[in-house]
Amino acid sequence: MPSTYAAPAAPTGPRKLALICSKGNLDMAYPGLILGNAAAGEGVEVHIFFTFWGLDIINKKTNADLKFTMLGNTAMHMAELGYLRPGLEHKSMPQLMGQLPGMTAIATKMMKKQMADLEIPDVPEFLDLLEAAGVHMYACKLSFDMMKMLEADLHPGVEGVISAADFIEISAGAQTIFV
Amino acid sequence: MPTNTIEGYTFAVDDEGFFTDRTQWSEPLAAVLAELVGIEHLTEKHWAPLHFMRDDAAKTGVTPTLRRMQAVGGFDVKDLFALFPGKPAKKMAYLAGLPKPVGCV
Repeated sequence: MPSTYAAPAAPTGPRKLALICSKGNLDMAYPGLILGNAAAGEGVEVHIFFTFWGLDIINKKTNADLKFTMLGNTAMHMAELGYLRPGLEHKSMPQLMGQLPGMTAIATKMMKKQMADLEIPDVPEFLDLLEAAGVHMYACKLSFDMMKMLEADLHPGVEGVISAADFIEISAGAQTIFV
Repeated sequence: MPTNTIEGYTFAVDDEGFFTDRTQWSEPLAAVLAELVGIEHLTEKHWAPLHFMRDDAAKTGVTPTLRRMQAVGGFDVKDLFALFPGKPAKKMAYLAGLPKPVGCV
């Protein structure tokens, strides 16, 4: 074994970022979009691959209506509850509550309001922003076929429906983030 | 606090070189700084977003983000990327004599 380890090869050339968005919940749509937008604003070349449920983000028939559910999310708590009793704002909401009819709609509405208050655009407008910023976006061919999606339903910023192998080629030399 | 001096202009800056006192900014100084960020000549198309940025920051106390430049200022994000290539928000903040934008979107 060598006594000194070689440092990993320093990346050469301009920085490049590959994002894989695989989830279609509202709260899982934003991380990829925000990171992609931030990177583009820093002069980084950005490629986003939307796959599986992530296709809902670029589907014009679904992307204005992505939802947020409390179910399975144990980090769900409400700052407002702190006014009732100090400390309550850090308590996780009971999972059973998430199953009540209408709860997903309420949680979604709340999250959308919180995002809007922070001047974060909704998902369709966010895609417009990414397109204007020169971010490259692609739909996954396999998921596209599986979901029987129509090309006409894709956001215009999406450059193509490509295979996983295509994306691996495109993302050569990029830092890759899976969401 | 560090200061920068260039062609007779002196202004207070943070560690990254952004202005910390907007009153030390002037148009001729911005024209000098533009060359440092790779813009040879500031045209009317450059000045419009820079002036909006200064006006907006004066009102809100915060350097506007690209999204705000679009939503409130009515500027086209694509144009801003073309006018201030690479890092438009940071280059504009720098040339407008404002602190680095801190908003995420």
